[in-house]
Amino acid sequence: MSRIRSLTLTISAVTIAYVCFVITTGTATRAEEPSAMQGLAAWQQVYSVLTHPRCINCHTATSYPQQGDDRHRHFANVVRGPANTGVPGLNCSSCHQKANADSTGVPGGHNWHLAPLSMKWQDENDRPLSSAMVCRVLKDRSKNHNLDGPGLLKHHEEEALVHWAWNPGRRPDGSMRTLPPLTHEQFVLATRQWVEAGMPCPTER
Amino acid sequence: MATYRLNVNGRQREVTTDPSTPLLWVLREDLKMTGTKYGCGVSACGACTVHVGGVATRSCVVPVSMIDDRPIVTIEGIGVDPVGRAVQNAWIDKDVVQCGYCQSGQIMSAVALLKHTPKPTDLNIDESMGGNLCRCATYVRIREAIKSAGNQLK
Repeated sequence: MSRIRSLTLTISAVTIAYVCFVITTGTATRAEEPSAMQGLAAWQQVYSVLTHPRCINCHTATSYPQQGDDRHRHFANVVRGPANTGVPGLNCSSCHQKANADSTGVPGGHNWHLAPLSMKWQDENDRPLSSAMVCRVLKDRSKNHNLDGPGLLKHHEEEALVHWAWNPGRRPDGSMRTLPPLTHEQFVLATRQWVEAGMPCPTER
Repeated sequence: MATYRLNVNGRQREVTTDPSTPLLWVLREDLKMTGTKYGCGVSACGACTVHVGGVATRSCVVPVSMIDDRPIVTIEGIGVDPVGRAVQNAWIDKDVVQCGYCQSGQIMSAVALLKHTPKPTDLNIDESMGGNLCRCATYVRIREAIKSAGNQLK
């Protein structure tokens, strides 16, 4: 009987000691969070989506949007306008409606517009910015509508125009537009891992 | 096929057609309103421009199923609008038209511009009218007429 009591006391002491160790060192929590290395790997996945034409074509540094997988200048002399929605007489909504118009090949979605210049992911020569630069722009709250990590994650998870990238509709010739390199679920997971790792950014080479 | 109730130039109209039919063809074929022109069919020339919910819209690429309850104004109805009347008068005064094919679209875009910017600069006109092509190259007279109409508006 006394041996059983002694064994019980020993197990209890070891358990209490382990719990105290975990609380003071945070070992268990750290084991569940992605490391900075994992966060950087996740960021590269996110970057591969952000620089796909379905996304970056509307994150230009210029006065016009782009279109197509070759990212050419939008036809019909379309311009950005002061509110990133075109100009009177030639608004985005002059053609782009609330949903894709597959019969005419015009893509559409809720509140179709260009990203503001503060969220440009290209230079003025239409070349995508580096991974390090896009990372810094994306998490800069003075440029991203004051979104913190969870806010960015929610944006990637729920924003209608983000979702559009995975449902881009048909081109005027009837063929399907190409999709980003990850599924939306993979994109959200990569964003989550990057956010949970503290949103690390690569260093500029 | 589906039936749509459209508000066209202040009148309720009913059409039964395929949901994917562009608004242009509903106007021209179903409602016999041929003032709105077919140019390129891919929203590159602006000849088909009408106003939908107050926005200049390329009717050749917008399916009728996406109009919902937004009012439509075409070249046939723009003259009752004060800005529309001023633009039409300026178009006549400046003798803008040559062959005329693109002009209904030009006028609809010009009205949309002047409703937001009554005294447009050359840049405003270039940007707003940049999607309306004219093979007769009446652009100089269009610019003059837009400025003239703007000056007539209070």
